[in-house]
Amino acid sequence: MSRKGADIVIETLKEEGVEVIFGLPGGAIMEVYDALYRDGSIKHILVRHEQGAGHMAEGYARATGKVGVAMTTSGPGATNIVTAIADAYMDSVPIVVITGQVPTHLIGNDAFQEVDIVGITRPITKHNFLVRSVEELPLVIRQAFYIARTGRPGPVLVDLPKDVTQQLSDVSIPSEEEVKNSLPGYRPHVEGNPQQIKKAAELIMSAKKPVLYVGGGAVNAEAQEELIELAEMMRIPVTTTTQGKGAFPETHPLSLRMLGMHGTYYANMAVYNCDLLIAVGARFDDRVTGKVDEFAPEAKIIHIDIDPASISKNIVVDVPIVGDVKIVLRKLLEELKKRGGKILYPEDREKWLEQIEKWKKLHPLTYRNSSEVIKPQYVIEQIYEVTKGDAIIVPGVGQHQMWAAMFYKYSFPRQFLSSGGLGTMGYGLPAGIGAKVGRPEKEVFVIDGDGSFVMTMQEVITAVQYKIPVKVAIINNAYLGMVRQWQEFFYEGRYSEVDLSVQPDFVKLAEAMGAVGFRAEKPKEVREVLEEAMKIEDRPVILDFVVDKEENVLPMVPPGKSYRDMILEDGKGSSDAETMYLVG
Amino acid sequence: MVTVTKGPKLRQTRKGQVRKHIINVLVRNEIGVLARIATLIAGKGYNIESLSVGETHEKGVSRMTIEVIGDDIVIDQVVKQLRKLIDTLKVRDITDVPHVERELVLVKVHTPTARARDEVLRIVEIFRGKIVDVSPETYTIEVTGDEDKINAILELLKPFGIKEMARTGKVAMKRELFVDEGQD
Repeated sequence: MSRKGADIVIETLKEEGVEVIFGLPGGAIMEVYDALYRDGSIKHILVRHEQGAGHMAEGYARATGKVGVAMTTSGPGATNIVTAIADAYMDSVPIVVITGQVPTHLIGNDAFQEVDIVGITRPITKHNFLVRSVEELPLVIRQAFYIARTGRPGPVLVDLPKDVTQQLSDVSIPSEEEVKNSLPGYRPHVEGNPQQIKKAAELIMSAKKPVLYVGGGAVNAEAQEELIELAEMMRIPVTTTTQGKGAFPETHPLSLRMLGMHGTYYANMAVYNCDLLIAVGARFDDRVTGKVDEFAPEAKIIHIDIDPASISKNIVVDVPIVGDVKIVLRKLLEELKKRGGKILYPEDREKWLEQIEKWKKLHPLTYRNSSEVIKPQYVIEQIYEVTKGDAIIVPGVGQHQMWAAMFYKYSFPRQFLSSGGLGTMGYGLPAGIGAKVGRPEKEVFVIDGDGSFVMTMQEVITAVQYKIPVKVAIINNAYLGMVRQWQEFFYEGRYSEVDLSVQPDFVKLAEAMGAVGFRAEKPKEVREVLEEAMKIEDRPVILDFVVDKEENVLPMVPPGKSYRDMILEDGKGSSDAETMYLVG
Repeated sequence: MVTVTKGPKLRQTRKGQVRKHIINVLVRNEIGVLARIATLIAGKGYNIESLSVGETHEKGVSRMTIEVIGDDIVIDQVVKQLRKLIDTLKVRDITDVPHVERELVLVKVHTPTARARDEVLRIVEIFRGKIVDVSPETYTIEVTGDEDKINAILELLKPFGIKEMARTGKVAMKRELFVDEGQD
């Protein structure tokens, strides 16, 4: 049947199972918006700025595991969403971004609202397309979804010239098989080399001091069950990155919680002292390793990852295994069971776990609470309590993000949706809205900073319009807090341009936008406002927590330094640095 | 707590040798494929020394030969990332694999005198080149060969005065039988 290119777009999106699109229309994409209107079966969330659409698609994708979809017009619509695309690329989030483009005969003419968005996003997409004719339209869109969700997931952009969306065609929607066959150069490796898996099994059995280091790849592969089985069977402590949170429950006795720059003392100590590091879907980011030549200096390293280019990129590994984390872990468990799942040196293993318990007791995650002023960590703990540890937490970027990572315990995958790689301030609120759209049955708490929040705060209006009852807790310290902390630690307290003492009244602002606002200025008010907020189910709630202005995120491994240089308390180095060399 | 103090052990980090690499890439001949590859290499801070692209016997498939100077380990990364591109079918660093490589050069040499023309003609014969264009003042020479041969003839022609030059960049192909016969 002959129909417009725009109708083919909608038809293909429905074939892909798309339920919701986040976007904002404009001249070049109007045909598709018209087709969307006429069809009427896909929900659309109208954002107030296209960056918001990108982060909402990300939040939706991270929360559900499905591909998130964002749509914008050409030119400024397209450039506004670039930050969100880069964010999705760095954190391997599957999204498809559809942008309008000027008609093909005007491309390259500096036409109104023309920008080469394919050129601009080339280094920050997994792949991108400029659709040249209506005949290739359905195939390209299906390829985009296929590429976005398979292998190492990532953002894919499809640029649609206006005339392509207007042309008529009777082209049919290709099958999944046809899509695969049309991409001969794209064959994600999922199985894992059996020889390498055997080698890994042997190393795990003979290790005396092993540690599992788990990243976002384990969440994407939905490998929680396999991880728990492996850790419990072989008695291996587990540390996760910010992206890996929830892949292994932090409430589990074998959990070491987060490692790296703001990791726990015991996670970093365990990694520093281990003799075998099993990296699962993690990429040895510099915020994790610190100084690379002092990262797990005595350990053999097994690295399981879907992306061959992640292997031995930052750290040379001993046993690389390219494959889907879930599949590889299953095979690894089979290999271990074949060998009786035996730990060859059980006494050493128990000694290692005892040592870790000692570290946990020596420096647990802690802070000094106050009855005068609200401590940011206290707010996070209270959120943990009122949500019974079951909320999806979406932080912005900065100090509050790290406190949210430390003082809320994550027990299931897709529970902590954080901008890790790019570190995008302003990500929190829109990503939280996207998460709530994808998982309406879950409580979604955005934990934002006052600096981060104002970068995309107009999306509160979007949440009001669609009655998305997301909760936003602003950890308001009237500073660009993380920068201020670095200035305190590394620039002798010269606070260059970090003062945010002039901000809107967030309670009035919430009301002006049609949301509900609460403020807490004293510790005893924290619980009260949280409980009030929990009662509201038809609108977003903004909670302004006026906190201690100069509280620092600790512990901290200074950038480029080794775990030995960990700062445990303000202004002082590790209180017992010698333990860093301890070998159990 | 019993602690044993030891100096900080260091993880061994690999440091690669910086040298010239020849990378062979089979690509689907799609719009933007060259830009993708160039962007990726430039993103590592490396300059492409030479690049040649041409169609293969298969429709829609082109072969690129890329010469780039870089650290072995970084180049290994580049190769892996090139493989990740959707439009690349096959990527191989053939630097250490027995391979044949050739380059074609067009060079316009200043030959105003009969003596110069004689000299240049002799050099061209020795190198099995061809004169492809003549003017009263110049010879334009075509010569193919590997890097050493090209460099040698250019060195010999330099004293006459090179007016213009164009090089195709290397094309290279892995040898079928792994016999390293050295110079050819």
